[in-house]
Amino acid sequence: MDHPTRSPISRPPTAVERGIDRVFRFACSSFAWLTIIVMAYIVFEISWKASPAVQEYGTDFLTGRTWDPNTSEYGILPEIWGTLYSSLLALFIGSFFGIAVAVFLSEGYLGNFVFQILRLFGIQFHRFWGKLPTWSEGALKNLVELLAAIPSVVYGLWGIFVVMPMLREPCNWLHENMGWFPLFSTRYQGPGMITASFVLAIMILPTISAISRDALVAVPPKLREASYGLGATRWETILSVVLPTASGGIFGGIVLAFGRALGETMALAMLVGNMNTVDVSIFSPANTLAALLANNFSEAGSDEMKVGVLMYAGMVLMAITLVVNILGALILQRATSGLKGMR
Amino acid sequence: MPNTLSILGSYVALAAMMVATVGCSGGSNPDAVKLQGAGASFPALLYGAWFKSYSNEHDDVQIDYQSVGSGSGVSSVIDGTVDFGASDSAMSEEEMAKVERGVQLLPMTAGAIVIAYNLEGVDELKLSREAYAGIFLKEITKWNDPKIAATNEGVELPDQDINVIVRSDSSGTTYVFTKHLAAISEKFNSDVGVNKAPNWPVGTKSKGNEGVTTSLNQTPGSLGYVEYGFAEKTGLSMASLENKSGKFIKPTIESAQAALSAVEFPPSLIAFLPDPEGEDSWPIVTYTWIIAYKTYDDPKKMEAFKEMIKYCLTTGQESSEELGYIPLPETVTSKVTAALDNITAK
Repeated sequence: MDHPTRSPISRPPTAVERGIDRVFRFACSSFAWLTIIVMAYIVFEISWKASPAVQEYGTDFLTGRTWDPNTSEYGILPEIWGTLYSSLLALFIGSFFGIAVAVFLSEGYLGNFVFQILRLFGIQFHRFWGKLPTWSEGALKNLVELLAAIPSVVYGLWGIFVVMPMLREPCNWLHENMGWFPLFSTRYQGPGMITASFVLAIMILPTISAISRDALVAVPPKLREASYGLGATRWETILSVVLPTASGGIFGGIVLAFGRALGETMALAMLVGNMNTVDVSIFSPANTLAALLANNFSEAGSDEMKVGVLMYAGMVLMAITLVVNILGALILQRATSGLKGMR
Repeated sequence: MPNTLSILGSYVALAAMMVATVGCSGGSNPDAVKLQGAGASFPALLYGAWFKSYSNEHDDVQIDYQSVGSGSGVSSVIDGTVDFGASDSAMSEEEMAKVERGVQLLPMTAGAIVIAYNLEGVDELKLSREAYAGIFLKEITKWNDPKIAATNEGVELPDQDINVIVRSDSSGTTYVFTKHLAAISEKFNSDVGVNKAPNWPVGTKSKGNEGVTTSLNQTPGSLGYVEYGFAEKTGLSMASLENKSGKFIKPTIESAQAALSAVEFPPSLIAFLPDPEGEDSWPIVTYTWIIAYKTYDDPKKMEAFKEMIKYCLTTGQESSEELGYIPLPETVTSKVTAALDNITAK
């Protein structure tokens, strides 16, 4: 056999190449460490600034319901409640639509739809049109992902001018006819939980749909074919083969979206009503931790205690996000461990 | 890939071009003195108009005003991050003591705070003192409450919750409004008190006069307090309020002027009228102040600032009324002009 000794693959790396490799490895690891250090510094800074407030208010801070800088009475129970409730509500709406969009974009429905339309116009298959379905799927996917590029303030304004008037009639109807049901027990006023959650759902939709679509596309075609081969319908295939296989990825997307929903600030400050109430009704105005911070931070100024309570609130928000992510990772591990063999 | 890159490249070029054009139109004169102000949202409409026309006439001065609320205005003056601040609640002794360079408050204009509402089919609404204090205390929650109905004979009031809208930011408008409510209601004084950001027992919160106006417009059945100019400009219905002499007064420039005419300014130029006297006086009026430092580092900046204030006190006053603000009486403008002498440069 003829061994090409000078091939670039088989020759040993030169000193320069080794040097470049080393620099590259060093750069990567130092950036990774830098990220961790910055993160640790942020946590330290927040806890340090929060420490006077933590000492002063302790756990009462977590259970109190009043926020009154004038009497120095601080409690963030309504905000914790509002943050979790609005995020969960948004997640509920958002993941339903997000996964639906992902299925639509990954299972060839759009291609079929495009062909049906082309057929209406008498255009049968042609090499030129054959590209269209893939192309249209890509376009629609990008369009959905573009939603993530819209600034939060624009979502807030959209919520005020479009979503509020749109929700008014149906929500009032629900309240009047089903007011006995706890979720509908207060009158819809405009700003409130449902408005905020609805807009939040649309804000997290791109995260969910993009990640879910990637997960669905990654499902091996073999599985689908095998399922069809066993006589399953498309509906059965999607629900009991494709979605469970991709569930790990989909769930990851949902957890990521939940993180975003928890921390979303501007749009919520504009839409949630900023009222410190704890109410199960989805129509009642509420408050979230991020909105509380946004509304109060410019005013805190140099007052150590005021900054302290805000930092404390920020710390709580950070802790909630952390717990959610850890829980998400744990559930993910549980959920996918049984499916490992399918890959 | 090259296709994507070229598209991306063209976007970047477009963005760069836009930045360049904006930059050029903003900074035609690189030597211009830049004055940075921040504060009250209440006079923001008027200040915006003044500063714009002044900058147009004076190529060498650029003025930027951020309507961030009186509370932030005062704190930025204390932190020294602005060249001038603005506040509807003036400044407390305590706050003034924190500014090493000293402060000079200059009343620039006056305005009225109105109670605006959005209720279909109700064009005229009269609110007694008891009624509007009660609404903000959460004692009156329905539009057809007997206390509201008593002063509105012949008006069909719906059996609907009043959706009260208050400010979410620290605000001079709120300060003046709570000062008035505290003056007319003992309970309000003890339960809520006078504050830029009180702990309201009622209401959903919106940011700035702009925010409250938008919320009022968007939400049927709502009621809130805003500066007269904002309500006027967006065509909101404004309630007639009962004044100190028991008469129901419509919010107009004249009724506000009647209320303001009684004020005597002390040397500090800070005066409030929580509950003005007079048959035809609108009950909730206030002066609004620009906060200047007593000393400026840069003589050029100080000169530009003084010129700008003089312009606002003379030519500027003429456009006040048009925008829903109350022009300062002659006696006041001369006092303010005299106070400018207290401002010096290092």
